[in-house]
Amino acid sequence: MSDDHGHGHQPTPPSPIERRAAALEELLAEKGLVPQGFIEDVIRLYENDIGPLNGARVVAHAWVDPQYRARLLEDGTGAVVELGFGTPGNIVAVENTARVHNVVVCTLCSCYPWSILGLPPAWYKDAPYRARMVREPRLLLREMGCKLPDEFDIRVWDSSAEVRYLVVPERPVGTDDLSEEELAALVTRDSMIGVARL
Amino acid sequence: MNPELSDVDGAAAPRRNGELVFDAPWQSRVFGLCAAIVQTCFNGDRDPFRQQLIAAIGAEPDRPYWDSWTVALQRLVLEAGLIDELAIERHIGAQGT
Repeated sequence: MSDDHGHGHQPTPPSPIERRAAALEELLAEKGLVPQGFIEDVIRLYENDIGPLNGARVVAHAWVDPQYRARLLEDGTGAVVELGFGTPGNIVAVENTARVHNVVVCTLCSCYPWSILGLPPAWYKDAPYRARMVREPRLLLREMGCKLPDEFDIRVWDSSAEVRYLVVPERPVGTDDLSEEELAALVTRDSMIGVARL
Repeated sequence: MNPELSDVDGAAAPRRNGELVFDAPWQSRVFGLCAAIVQTCFNGDRDPFRQQLIAAIGAEPDRPYWDSWTVALQRLVLEAGLIDELAIERHIGAQGT
C-alpha cells in the first residue's frame, strides 16, 4: 500500500528489529532493571544538552586563551572537565596546523567523545568510513568535500574505549574581532572529527 | 541534514545541540535502554557492551548500526543471565503483526 500522501498518519508496522528492541525493553523493565523515566531522561539529555556545541565551546575557548589551549593539548580530559563537561574515557585533543590535518575514526565500532560532540553521525558508524579512513584518508576526505593540498600531512587517529580524540581546527582568518561565543558558532561537528576544515 | 527530518509530525525536532541524533524513535529508546542496563547491571562499565558491539558489527559489517546495537544489547543481557532467549522470542511473537 502506498502512503504517498503522507496525511493519514497511519503508523508503519514495526520492523523485526524494532520488535526485538521493544521486547528487550519490556522484559528488562519487568525485571526492575530500567528505572522509571531513565530512558526518557537519557534521550532528552542527548537530544537537548549533549552535542557538538559543547565541543565548539572547548575549541573556541582554546582559540582565545593560549594557556587553556596548552592545557587542552597537554591534558584533554582535564581541560574538558574544566569547562564543566563530562568525559567518556580520556580525551586527547589534536591540533590542526597549516601543514597538519587530523581526522578521527573508530575502526572497531563507534567510540567517540560523546560528552562534547553528542552521538556520532551515521556515516561515522558505517563500515566504509571505518575502513577507508585508515586505508585512503586523502581520497575519502576529498570525497567528503575536504580537499587538502598534497603537502598536508594527514594524521588518522583511531578512537578506543580508553582514548577519544577531538580535533582542534585552525581558527579561521579574519575572526580577530569575534567574541568567544561567536567563534563557537563557527565550529562545526565535522571540523572536530576532522572531515572538514573551517 | 535533510531539513524535512526536522519537522516530523509537525513538532520541531531537537536542534539545540546542533544535530539531530536519531533517525527513528526506537533507536533512541534502545540507546537509552542500553544506558540503563550499563548503569544498573554493570556499575556504569560500558566495556562489556562495547565488546558485544564490536562483535556484532564485525559479524555483519553492513548491517545497520542500530540493528547491530540491538543485537549487541541482546547478547549482553543473555550472557549476563538477565533474561532468557525463549522469553524474548515469546514476547516478540506475542506482539502480533
